Amino acid sequence: MGALLGVLPFLAYTTIFLMIPTLIVVVGAFVDGKGRPTLGNLSALAQPQIVSAFMNSVLLSAVTAVLGAVFGALLAYALSTAREGGPLRRMITSVCGVLAQFGGVTLAFAFMATVGAQGFLTLWLQKVGINLAGSTWLYEPNKGLMLVYTYFQIPLMLIVFLPAVEGLKPQWREAAESLGGSTWDYWRHVGGPILAPSFIGAMLLLFTNAFSAYATAAALISQGSPLITLQIGGTLSSELILGQENVGKAMALGMVAIVAVVMTLYVVLERRTSRWLAR
Amino acid sequence: MSPTEMPVSDSMAGSEPDHGVAVTLFDLHRSYGPIRALDGLTLDIAPGEFVALLGPSGCGKTTVLRVLAGLEDADSGRVEVGGKDITSVPTNARDMGMVFQAYSLFPHMTVRQNVEFGLRLRRIPSTRRRTRVSEMLDLVELSDHADRYAHQLSGGQQQRVALARALAIQPQVLLLDEPLSALDAKVRVQLRDEIRRIQLEVGTTTLFVTHDQEEALAVADRVGVMRAGNLEQLASPHDLYARPATPFVADFVGLTNRLRATVDRERANLLGTSVPLLPGSVQRGAALVLIRPESIAVTPDPDGRATVVTASFLGATGSLYAVTESGETVMAQIDNDAVATFNPGDKVSLVPRPNPALAVAAYADVSLVAPD
Amino acid sequence: MKLRAARRRKQTIFRRVVVGLIGLFFALPLLGMVEFTTRAPGGGRTLQTWATLFNFASIDANYPELKTGIQASAGLVLLTVAIMLVMLVPTMTWVRLRVPGMRRLVEFICLLPLTIPAIVLVVGLAPIYAWVAYFLGESSLWLSFAYVVLVLPYAYRALDAGLSVIDVKTLAEAARSLGAGWPTVMWRIILPNVRTAVLSASFLSVALVLGEFTIANLFSRENLQVAINQLGKRDDSVATAAALAALILAFIVLFAMSFVGAARGSHRPEEN
Repeated sequence: MGALLGVLPFLAYTTIFLMIPTLIVVVGAFVDGKGRPTLGNLSALAQPQIVSAFMNSVLLSAVTAVLGAVFGALLAYALSTAREGGPLRRMITSVCGVLAQFGGVTLAFAFMATVGAQGFLTLWLQKVGINLAGSTWLYEPNKGLMLVYTYFQIPLMLIVFLPAVEGLKPQWREAAESLGGSTWDYWRHVGGPILAPSFIGAMLLLFTNAFSAYATAAALISQGSPLITLQIGGTLSSELILGQENVGKAMALGMVAIVAVVMTLYVVLERRTSRWLAR
Repeated sequence: MSPTEMPVSDSMAGSEPDHGVAVTLFDLHRSYGPIRALDGLTLDIAPGEFVALLGPSGCGKTTVLRVLAGLEDADSGRVEVGGKDITSVPTNARDMGMVFQAYSLFPHMTVRQNVEFGLRLRRIPSTRRRTRVSEMLDLVELSDHADRYAHQLSGGQQQRVALARALAIQPQVLLLDEPLSALDAKVRVQLRDEIRRIQLEVGTTTLFVTHDQEEALAVADRVGVMRAGNLEQLASPHDLYARPATPFVADFVGLTNRLRATVDRERANLLGTSVPLLPGSVQRGAALVLIRPESIAVTPDPDGRATVVTASFLGATGSLYAVTESGETVMAQIDNDAVATFNPGDKVSLVPRPNPALAVAAYADVSLVAPD
Repeated sequence: MKLRAARRRKQTIFRRVVVGLIGLFFALPLLGMVEFTTRAPGGGRTLQTWATLFNFASIDANYPELKTGIQASAGLVLLTVAIMLVMLVPTMTWVRLRVPGMRRLVEFICLLPLTIPAIVLVVGLAPIYAWVAYFLGESSLWLSFAYVVLVLPYAYRALDAGLSVIDVKTLAEAARSLGAGWPTVMWRIILPNVRTAVLSASFLSVALVLGEFTIANLFSRENLQVAINQLGKRDDSVATAAALAALILAFIVLFAMSFVGAARGSHRPEEN
């Protein structure tokens, strides 16, 4: 019994700052402004701007997850052929560690400095006849924002997927070769199937990452809330219509539901591969 | 020649064994920067022969295997299999079966799928594949485990599957890279005998790399002891043990005493008697004689010139350590039931048996004999 | 004749091309930041913006929000790392030693923040922080309570990896059999052996805290990113320079961390 006391501070802390907030969201989604149970918040989710926000977010997350996964995997494979512990690897892994956490503000500023109204690429392209300054392409979820998001998706993919690529034992390649397999045979029958669960799992993680992102869009988009995270942020700062106070919590619950499904799939896939790639 | 064009005969593993092909490695050189992994190594393996390469870490034995497999390039030299020069042939066209020290099996495939992998690559039709796979699994006695995955098998079982997979394609040469080193001692002994049994049954020319000399002596037709990129001696296990060509071989294979002696007229004088010399010994002067523990007879003797330090019971035999008057420690083999009769401090007399022994110069760099 | 060498060459070319192209893609916006912050009014380059940034007196006078932000973030970094370590290291060690049954629960709790987007956490934390403000005041420093939660998954993973490598149970039992009390075991036996993991967890926390914007912004508190954002509305050149500087700082921190971990080199198979 005394032993359990040792875990008490941790449990108390996480209860206050993690569990209770989660409960507040979950419960609050089903409660109206006066504390009475209601499904009104959930039905409010059917409002067109919220539905479109969800869809935009899902689309943005899915596309950048795929893009990030493909290019990140390429980069991971390329890096795995470099010397372990060598300078190239260490630098790229550190750079990616930073970029994966690339706070929205910094990333937004970087893109504005490059392709924004006064960005050097914009000015440069104007000389060639392409005028980006007038358009708002950067701030649209299915154009510029996708490009911006890949900026932290690719590094995240590298960090998550590189261990899987490194987990491919050279003996498997050599065995495949000695049995008569070409490079294509190896990737098709051995390397590919072994990496597939990790690849898909990492892609799911990327989806969650993009879906949950707030800061980047908040820093870039000053008008409107085309993404669900921005919608939620809006409910915290703006004046609330009577009866809609807890719609934000319903939206949050919706987000959590989507993310929970994706993360469960991720965990299942990870369990499967860890058996194969275990030492 | 692509792997799909290679002939796979219909012969069953249990019937008349193939006679294998001859393998020749000629004057192989391979350096990694300043390190010479292979230094002019030449090796001939007869058809159907089982050759073991033995040596300490870094001697180049694995490099030999990998050059033969095509997994490494030699800087110069020739590799011939069955009379054909295959030095420039890529690994996947060399038709060799390989078993690795660890991580041999594809983790995402069942045992059956692993074994049939090479056959699938060769587009063998599925009925013939199935038959072949069952034959192989019977050969290694793992038919009950056909649908298991690698991580569900023990280390020994995994290596048996790896062996089945390598033999399924009826390779010209079988290559084993320290296949037993990662296994428990008991499994190692069982499996090495099985490997030998299977190899005799199938008749494939085999190259086996290990650092465990007991293993090499137990299974091979011939053993090559390697050091610093070249062969010190290539001989049958018996000759290697009883007639070592160099001090390194004498010390690496089996246990050896190094006792001071004087050499005169083709005999070495030590411990009050003399023994004949093996070819390659120094011919005169102060020397160190390399004598096996079982070549020294121990008798209790109150007037003896040696004193017992310890006597240990080893199961099948016993070992005794004694110190001579001149201060040398001698290790001798004794009967297991004689162990109890010796106590520390007892006087004994040590008499070398008249087997030929190798003598090296007394002030030779003893470290060359073998690192302890 | 040299088949292996040819394959290695092809790999090297592939590696250089891929890393080069992707590197270029990533370098562009960073170059954009450098270019933007070194523009001189009449064309050409100037380091004026950077000089302004590093002139601490001018920051104090002209960009007070930046100064507040930097100070706040500095404090947040220290406090978050401190709370995280004080809470996680003893707890995780304790769980391994005395209540192994709780391991699953602790792991689940620590990895839960991965499933809960920061924005959702903010919604749920709003009432909690009302209480925090009531008891402890409105200082930005108390954001670290939330930051610790954000950091939990990464810190847990790093510390778990470190604790797995050393045999905590055996070390603790050996120390106890020699007469050490639990505090001694924790402080003098366990902690020195998980130094690498502790540093790793700390560095990851630093990177996260320096980059955090969402929670601070929505709770209307100050931190580095919030300050940069505000500054951007006024003087985008200095703000961009500050953002780039913070990024480089985070990179240096993580780069340093990779050397700390490198001390435990991997075992290379022997050349035979």
